[in-house]
Amino acid sequence: MFKSKVKIMQLAVTLLACAFLFVPIIMSVLAGLTANYFKGISSGLTFKWVIEVWELYANSIFLSMWLAIACLVCTLIIGLPAAYGLARHPGWLSRLLEEFISLPLAIPGLALALALLQLYGSMKGFRASWTFILVGHVLYTLPFMVRSILAVLASIDLKTLEEGAASLGASPWQRFRDIVVPNAMPGILAGSLTVVTLSIGEFNLTWMLHTPYLKTLPVGLADSYASMRLEIASAYTLVFFVLIVPLLMAMQWASARAQRITQ
Amino acid sequence: MTLRLTHTAKTYPDGTKALLPTELSVGKGEIVSLLGPSGCGKTTLLRIIAGLETPDAGSEIWFDNDNVTPLPVERRQVGMVFQSYALFPNMSVRANIGYGLKMQQLPKSEIEARVTEVLDMCQLQPFAARAITALSGGQRQRVALARAIAPRPRMLLLDEPLSALDASLRGTLREELAVLLREFDITAIFVTHDQDEAMAIADRVAVMCHGRVLQTGTPEELYRNPKSPFVAGFVGNAMSLRGKADGTTLYLDGGALTLPARGEGQTVFVRAEDVCIGDDGPLRGKVETVTFLGTHYKIGISGITPDTIASIHAGQSAPKVGDMINVAIKPETLMLLPQEVDVA
Repeated sequence: MFKSKVKIMQLAVTLLACAFLFVPIIMSVLAGLTANYFKGISSGLTFKWVIEVWELYANSIFLSMWLAIACLVCTLIIGLPAAYGLARHPGWLSRLLEEFISLPLAIPGLALALALLQLYGSMKGFRASWTFILVGHVLYTLPFMVRSILAVLASIDLKTLEEGAASLGASPWQRFRDIVVPNAMPGILAGSLTVVTLSIGEFNLTWMLHTPYLKTLPVGLADSYASMRLEIASAYTLVFFVLIVPLLMAMQWASARAQRITQ
Repeated sequence: MTLRLTHTAKTYPDGTKALLPTELSVGKGEIVSLLGPSGCGKTTLLRIIAGLETPDAGSEIWFDNDNVTPLPVERRQVGMVFQSYALFPNMSVRANIGYGLKMQQLPKSEIEARVTEVLDMCQLQPFAARAITALSGGQRQRVALARAIAPRPRMLLLDEPLSALDASLRGTLREELAVLLREFDITAIFVTHDQDEAMAIADRVAVMCHGRVLQTGTPEELYRNPKSPFVAGFVGNAMSLRGKADGTTLYLDGGALTLPARGEGQTVFVRAEDVCIGDDGPLRGKVETVTFLGTHYKIGISGITPDTIASIHAGQSAPKVGDMINVAIKPETLMLLPQEVDVA
């Protein structure tokens, strides 16, 4: 394996890149578990900070989870029929609509948040409620759901499959339920995981839209960096990791599966 | 069930006339083939019968004594076999076949029994639990047929059911399909562009071209008595002998032929099997190609008409390329048809 110089070079570059990515993560995680960061590891390892984070920010964690689930439900309710409609009626109008739905990808979250604030900021009840953040999250994640489902639907001969079901006596609703949804499932799954992951990690928009009583996980993270001890902020990062990494891995798996079907 | 179409036409929004006003009736238990080249409107006609396409105003589709024109496909009770089969990839073979029965809301036990019966009939028992993706082309075709027939439809519609298969398989499945359709004892219409397929399976063939039905008849009728040059050419590959007719004599580049009737203003057609190579023939031509086809040779001859004409030669040996040969065509094998009017 180490015979040629090229191989050694490749290995060295790979290891360097890994170190570049992993060292800050390890440092941060260690900082969250060290009794006193300024004294270093020698001061001992502890879960004290993690527990403190939980006590301070448990609400943020639950709010983020709740938001992610609500956001998923909304994007499913809007995105699945939307993707189905776009897939069934291909044409320039559908392309245009698809691009329109994807606009929030290109516009900075801050601008989107500003627009929402300008429009709804005066509606006090709505402005101060968690549903305001939800609207932002739905706007931002919807294109991921629609595109993910659309990619899978575009790869199957949906029209003929539906005609087949119709010739067997299935009504439009039965066709949607029995044929469209099950065959779109890999796309739905990949889209769902993306939406949940993005919603939990979203900061730009949420930071603009949140109120002191409605801090999501990443907003809480910023807050802890700004106002808490470094150990607490680092422990927070650890908590964030534990929540988001399994989701990320599941997302990778699901989108790989969806891609296999698309090919 | 009998099917009756009156004045059925289809014009697309862009003005394309896919189907000109058509009358068609199909008797109970009859198997009718819609035969024609691609773009002739045969699939459109089938889809109109199925309810997948809306015909122009004034069209009427009758199933027995029911006017089904306004009914959508799901309420017409037709079984449909699609060119791509349209099997549901999210369901097993068994679930695919049972889907139509499930839609009829039959009790589970009856669905099971009927699916098993159809599986037996189509010899699909060993594959019942398989996923659709684990089937070969021929098996998929049988599953598609089984699925269409399981809900006991009023009529079976097949859209190029064999064209997705490779050539060797197509031959065997053709016979199999002909046997199965008769076993089902169901009124069936199937669309094909392959004349051999139409001949092998159908009781009656409707030849279509440019959105209209040119001629309907049994395969024998169409082969022996084509009413138009198009039918003669499409069914049995008749060749036109272009020359100058004078009374009952036809003057060709390679000699003169006796016609069975006066030939002015007519096109004369002949089939390759009626072009005989022999020393006593009145026509002379040059051998251009020789193709050995096992039981016979197919020989292309030039110099008799402006086009090369083909001859089916059944001898043990064939003339060589470049040879000059004599050719005879019996007058009774010639078909005189009105000159091609441009139907487009």
